[in-house]
Amino acid sequence: MSKIHVTTSVNGDAMEFLCDPRETLLDVLRDRLNLTGAKEGCGTGDCGACSVTLDGRLVCSCLVLGAEAEGKEIGTIEGLADGEALHPLQQKFIEYAALQCGICTPGILVATKALLEKNPDPTETEVRYWLAGNLCRCTGYDKIIRAVMDTAADMRADAKETS
Amino acid sequence: MHYLTPSSFDEAVTIAARAQGITRYLAGGTDILVQLRADIVTPDTLIDIKHIDGVHDITRENDGGWRIGIAVSGAEMSEHAALCADWPGVVEAMDLVGSTQVQGRATLTGNLCNASPAADSVPAMVAAGVTVSITGANGTRRIAVEDLLTGPGKTSLQKAEMVTAVHIPPRGPAGGDAYQRFIPRTEMDIAVVGCAVNLTLDGDTIKTARVALGAVAPTVLLVQDAADAIIGSTLDDAALDALADAASAACNPIDDKRGTIKFRTHVAGVLAKRVARIAYDRAQAAKGA
Repeated sequence: MSKIHVTTSVNGDAMEFLCDPRETLLDVLRDRLNLTGAKEGCGTGDCGACSVTLDGRLVCSCLVLGAEAEGKEIGTIEGLADGEALHPLQQKFIEYAALQCGICTPGILVATKALLEKNPDPTETEVRYWLAGNLCRCTGYDKIIRAVMDTAADMRADAKETS
Repeated sequence: MHYLTPSSFDEAVTIAARAQGITRYLAGGTDILVQLRADIVTPDTLIDIKHIDGVHDITRENDGGWRIGIAVSGAEMSEHAALCADWPGVVEAMDLVGSTQVQGRATLTGNLCNASPAADSVPAMVAAGVTVSITGANGTRRIAVEDLLTGPGKTSLQKAEMVTAVHIPPRGPAGGDAYQRFIPRTEMDIAVVGCAVNLTLDGDTIKTARVALGAVAPTVLLVQDAADAIIGSTLDDAALDALADAASAACNPIDDKRGTIKFRTHVAGVLAKRVARIAYDRAQAAKGA
């Protein structure tokens, strides 16, 4: 079967790959681009472990075809930290021990970053609804929510100081 | 599987008409990719319609109605303030479909053409009087949403035909719509019963109404008896009771672990009352605005 040539951008870097038309963006990221941060949980869009942004919009990469990435800008967990400097969300997740096995963590971080860019001051209820599609089977939800709320508060304070 | 990205509806329909085997149109992919991965449907030809001009646009028509492009995501609808102001029921129904991630991709047209009896956006569209444009080898036609659906997973679309636009009518003065569903938890579930009401007022009296039910029959139900129960009333208790009775009487649900026949039938009446009150309040607010 003939492969499709795709040119795209991942975390700001231009990338190209060949893929089978049936391959998902998640398959491509993990198996062709060696970006294994996005995880395959369910493969059916229910668990959110494969969350990435596509032109800034939060999506499940298991429900996007690799071929659909042509000309798009993709954001993955690998783009969260700035070199060795962790993103405030990552730092706070460590502080709060907001992870146990860690499989859901990349998806939750990508999803939460998208939330805080859209709404820097979410209520706890808004955070819980936003993350309803990110399942954590270690059931660490409370610590996750607390870490997100605290990060949001810190980021708002930082924004105020620098403005 | 061949993956194609036509740049016009004509090209898309031509590809589909010539294709052998199983053909699917791809918009948000939140149903198709699940079916593909689970080996339920393996298309020989997959036609990605997102490169066609205008499919990502939400446009207000000259008559005040709305045209929703077939690749517009649920998230884009929820972020559109003027659309939300005119048709909060349609937008809130679409917004109930799936997670934040699914909302980033799922479309109104996909929710419709997937033809699940439990699709949340469909009762809201039927209550609103939404029509769709359909293009095929034999030209273009425009039909009401309720006439597109023929059974669970089945539509009246012929081979190679595709929906090319969703048309929401003008809101007009003193009108309101609303949608609610019952699910056993608070989020991320499929409707056990869904109900949409759309109405307009003349003073405090209901002038016109449309009541639609989802997940209680093989296809969405437009319940004329339920509308008649509240038209001419001020939505007093007697009218609400008559509305609930008519909604329950229209139900022909399945009996499964998610809801028994008795439960679904009862809840249809309860939801109809609640949703009618919300639509009525919204219409009153619109009148004052």
